Amino acid sequence: MPTKDDILKVARSARLSLTISELDKFTDDANEILAAFEKIKEVDTENVEPSFQPIRNTNIMREDIVIESLRQDEALKNAEHRKDAYFKGPRIT
Amino acid sequence: MKAQDFLDDAAIGSIDIVENTHKALRKAQQIDNDYNYFYNFNEDAIRQAEEIQRRINEGQRLRFAGLPVSVKDCICVKGLESAAGSRILQGYRPLFDATAIKRLKQEGAIIMGKTTQDEFGFGSFSTNTHKFPKNPHDMSRCTGGSSGGSAGMTAKADFAHISIAESTGGSIACPASFCGVIGLTPTYGRVSRYGLIDYANSLDKIGVMGKNIFECKLALEIMSGKDDKDGTSLDAFSHQKRKIRKVGVIKETLSEGIDEGVRINVMRTIQNLEDFGIVAEEISLPLSSGYALAAYYIIAMSEASTNLAKYCGLRYGAAEKLDGNFNEYFSNVRSKYFGDEAKRRIILGTFARQSGFREAFYLKAMKLRTLIIEEYKKAFNEYDLLVSPTMPVIAPKFSAIQNLTPMQNYLMDIMTVGPNLAGLPHLTLNSGMSNSMPVGIQFIADHMKEDMLVSMGEMFEP
Repeated sequence: MPTKDDILKVARSARLSLTISELDKFTDDANEILAAFEKIKEVDTENVEPSFQPIRNTNIMREDIVIESLRQDEALKNAEHRKDAYFKGPRIT
Repeated sequence: MKAQDFLDDAAIGSIDIVENTHKALRKAQQIDNDYNYFYNFNEDAIRQAEEIQRRINEGQRLRFAGLPVSVKDCICVKGLESAAGSRILQGYRPLFDATAIKRLKQEGAIIMGKTTQDEFGFGSFSTNTHKFPKNPHDMSRCTGGSSGGSAGMTAKADFAHISIAESTGGSIACPASFCGVIGLTPTYGRVSRYGLIDYANSLDKIGVMGKNIFECKLALEIMSGKDDKDGTSLDAFSHQKRKIRKVGVIKETLSEGIDEGVRINVMRTIQNLEDFGIVAEEISLPLSSGYALAAYYIIAMSEASTNLAKYCGLRYGAAEKLDGNFNEYFSNVRSKYFGDEAKRRIILGTFARQSGFREAFYLKAMKLRTLIIEEYKKAFNEYDLLVSPTMPVIAPKFSAIQNLTPMQNYLMDIMTVGPNLAGLPHLTLNSGMSNSMPVGIQFIADHMKEDMLVSMGEMFEP
């Protein structure tokens, strides 16, 4: 079961910074919830195929033709930070 | 006025669509002042009404001519703020309509506004957001969730109206049960998910809430069908009346852990089915009853944690001053604008997918889903429909919800997660009242057998 360090590591990889009280709370919650989820171990799933979707349909293709998509100026409409025709983001380093 | 009567009158031009839209909006705003069912109202509704009126006058036959439709916040409506109940999407105005909305508009629907919900659908009481909808029967109680505003508005609207909602693990059924309205969740894929702000891609389903089965059926016929923009979309629904001979009553849902008032009420409704010549027999579904909840939450959280990775204050929604490097900036925006339950699910979902745990949790849950689908399929060899209460309780009070732990919250979904995990269509109808609050009864059909559900819904109406 996850320790505070485990939760901190997971949160960091999901780009969430937690306060001390959030870390305490989410660690307790995770332990209670994962303990309940462990119940699934009781069921034998040897040789069972996973269902990544509830309905099995395969090879859904569309014609390879060019269709209209969002214009650049439209795509930028909802962005707070933009420069010229681009999204403007934070620095990389 | 019933939607069916409204549509009959509208089709022959005897309803002033613009005037009706004005009235419906005014009424919805009044209701919203007291009950918190909307985040916003559509500023473009009157212009849309004028256009629909023009099309009717030209002789166009529209199946949803001028019908006021409210839409859950997570379903994109072009130009109308659509934030899935989350602060991280505040200000986001979609550049397109969801396919379901586009199809409804083509048939003359008028979008009134966006209804309140749990953030991204994460909840069963619509309290994981910044505006809590109140139960239409008792304002100290919740509407249920996550499509709470949709259910409340459907119950309170005294004009012809439907609400388009969405279910991942029971988000249509639960609030329909608590508010006493009809909630129809179709087969996974029946309605295109294009334009739905996703929670969990392999579970999300757009559906409908209404006062009568007629408008739910019609909305599903209009919205459903293949869509190039959603590879999982299936053939359209076209209703054929069906004879229902035998239903299976899911034994485990009427035993322990259920409120006695709810149990008695639902048992009585099941007995009444015999008056329609329907045989009701007990059936045991041990896998679905015992393990669907855990399997559902593991899959839902895992998928949610990846879906929510795209919200980082860059392309749309909430943003901050561009400070620090990209890790610092993204973490800052996400930590500030995601609510508690969203953070909890991101953490748990990320945990369940990480190496060393993926096999034990995520893949194991996917395998269990296969076994649970097989269990249901076997039951449908014998029964036309399966039946259970929708929720184990009546709508809880806000004061009681505060004291629940997250796991106690999740346990509320025990009866709705099974059909949702298996992608099975299901229908909640009002079974009567207990302690002056509505009780819902849930019918579950095999994949693509929505006509069985609609036929059952028709039987419940005078």
